[in-house]
Amino acid sequence: MGDLVVDKHVQYILSVEKKKDSFESLVMEHLRMNGAYWGLTALDLMGKLGAVDRDMVVSWVLKCQHDCGGFGGNIGHDPHILYTLSAVQVLVLFDRIDVLDIDKVADYIARLQNEDGSFSGDKWGEIDTRFSYNAICCIALLHRLDKINIEKAVSFILRCKNLDGGFGCTPGGESHAGQVFCCVGALAITGSLNLIDKDFLGWWLCERQVKSGGLNGRPEKLPDVCYSWWVLSSLIMINRVQWIDRDKLKTFILECQDKENGGISDRPDDAVDVSLCV
Amino acid sequence: MDSDEEERIPFRKRKEWSDIKPVPQDDGPGPVVPIAYEEDFIEAMDYFRAIFLADERSPRSLALTSEVITMNPGNYTVWYFRRLILETLSADLHKEMSFIERIAESNSKNYQIWHHRRWAAEKLGAEVTEMELEFTEKILGLDAKNYHAWSHRQWVLQALGGWEDELQYCQQLLEDDIFNNSAWNQRYFVITRSPQLGGLQAMRDFEVDYAIEAIRVNPENESPWRYLRGLYNKGDTQSLIEDSRVSQACLDVLKNNGTCAFAWSLLLDLLCKGLKPSGGLSERVFEVAACSSSNVNLAETVCSILQRVDSMRSSYWEWRKHNLPPQIC
Repeated sequence: MGDLVVDKHVQYILSVEKKKDSFESLVMEHLRMNGAYWGLTALDLMGKLGAVDRDMVVSWVLKCQHDCGGFGGNIGHDPHILYTLSAVQVLVLFDRIDVLDIDKVADYIARLQNEDGSFSGDKWGEIDTRFSYNAICCIALLHRLDKINIEKAVSFILRCKNLDGGFGCTPGGESHAGQVFCCVGALAITGSLNLIDKDFLGWWLCERQVKSGGLNGRPEKLPDVCYSWWVLSSLIMINRVQWIDRDKLKTFILECQDKENGGISDRPDDAVDVSLCV
Repeated sequence: MDSDEEERIPFRKRKEWSDIKPVPQDDGPGPVVPIAYEEDFIEAMDYFRAIFLADERSPRSLALTSEVITMNPGNYTVWYFRRLILETLSADLHKEMSFIERIAESNSKNYQIWHHRRWAAEKLGAEVTEMELEFTEKILGLDAKNYHAWSHRQWVLQALGGWEDELQYCQQLLEDDIFNNSAWNQRYFVITRSPQLGGLQAMRDFEVDYAIEAIRVNPENESPWRYLRGLYNKGDTQSLIEDSRVSQACLDVLKNNGTCAFAWSLLLDLLCKGLKPSGGLSERVFEVAACSSSNVNLAETVCSILQRVDSMRSSYWEWRKHNLPPQIC
C-alpha cells in the first residue's frame, strides 16, 4: 500500500515509446496505434502530455491513414476500426482533429455497419460488440452520429444482453466485463441507457469484486487491474459506482505498481504493461 | 529450441527469394538486435513487406506468410494478405485448417487466428461441422473458459449445425468444474436456441432441478444461482414465485449456512416480487437476524443480513433496503 508513484510511471511510459528496437516492440508493431492512445491518455491523466513531441505523433498518425478513410495500427498496416478509433482519440487528445477529412473517416465507419445493426471490424467482416463501441465512440467524436443507423445499432447491442444483465460479444456470448464496458459505453453515447435494467447490471458488476479487493471480468476468474477500468467505468456510466468497496480496490491497484521501475501490472508482483497505467 | 529452427536458412540465402529486395519497417531507427531469433523475424518481415507491396500472390508468398505467422501470429496484416493469397490460388483449405490448428495450440487467445479459422470454415461449409466442434473441444480442453473458442463454437452451431450432443457436452464440462461460468452460459445458449429442444419453456422444469442440484453441491457458486433466475424471464415473475422449488432451495441452503449471500439475495428478490413466505422461511430469517418476528419487515431484515454477510457490497444492500417496493412482507 502507499501512494501512486507518478514520476516513475511517466518515465516508464516514455521509455516504452522510445524502445522501438526491443523484441516486444517488434511483435507489437501492428498495434502501435492502440499503445499510443493508452500511453498518451495515461500521461495526460498524470498531467504530463507535454513530455511528448505532439507534431511528430500527429504526422505519424496521418501516415497510418488509408484512402478509404480508415487507419491501420501502424504505417503499412491495413485499416481496421480498432485503430481508426485510437487514431481519432489521439488527435482529439492533442486537439488536432482539424487535420482530418472528417466525413471521409465517418463514412469509413458508417460503411462497416451491417444490416442487423452490428459493426464489422474491417472489410473481412468479423463482428463483435467491441466494434459497435468503436464505431459509435469514433463517429461521436467526429460529431457525425447521424451517418449511422443508431436504432439498429442499439437493438443489436441489446440482443447481446444475457440472463445476468451483462453483455457478450455476439448474441448468446458469455457476459464479460470488457464487453459490458463496450455495450454500456455505446448505449450511453447514444442516450439509450434507459433501455436496460441498471440496477440488475450494477449488481452483476459489483459482484465482480473479490475478497482481495480487485475486480474480475467473469465469475470465478482471477482479478486483474484492467477490469478496474472496465468495471468501474461501466458502473460510473450507469451511476452505480458507490456499490463497490473503493478502499479495498485502491489498495489492490496500488499493490500492483512496480515502485522501482514504474508501470503497473495485472496482479501484484506480475510484469508491468503500458495499457494498465491508465 | 528444436532442430527445425536451428536449421533455418535466412531468406537472403534462399535461391527462390534472390529477386526480392526486402523492405524495412519505416517507423524510426532500428538498431541491430543481437538475438538470432529477432534477426530472423526482422528479415522475414522485410521480405513480407516486399511481396505485400508488390501484391505478389504466389505459392512462395503463402509459404512466407506461414513463416511470419509462426513467429508472430498477432500481425493482422499478414493474415489478411494470406487470405488474399489463398483465394487467388484457390488453395486447399483443409491444409489451411491443419496449419491454423498448429498455430492455435500455443496461441489460443489470439483474435486473428479465430477470425481466420471462421473464414476458412465458412468457405468449407457443413462438411467441417464435426471437425470444428472437435477443434474447439481440444482448445477448451486446455482452457475451459477460452472466450474465442466458445464464440467459435456458438457460431459453428448456428451456422453449420451439430446441436445433437451439445447439452451432453455442457453437462460433461460442468461435471469437470461446476464453477465454469462459460459452460453454464453455453447450457443456457443450448436450451434457449437449439432447434431440437423446444426452447426455454419446454426445458424449464428439468433445468430448475439441475440448477438446484448444483446449488446444493456448492451454494457459494454464483453461476447456478444466476442460471436459476434466468430460467424465468422478466415477464414471468409469477411463475418464479409460484415454483416452490425455488424458495425451498433458498431455505435448504440457509438452514445449513446462514452466510450464503446468493441464497439471501434470491430470497430478497422473491419477497420483492410478492412471495408469501412459509413459516419455516420467516423463522429462519429472524433466527439469523437474532430478532423477534413482531413488527419487523421481512425483506428489510434480509437486507440487513446481507449487509453483514456481504460487507464488501454493503452500500448496494443498503440501497436495496431503501428501495423496497411498497407493501411487501
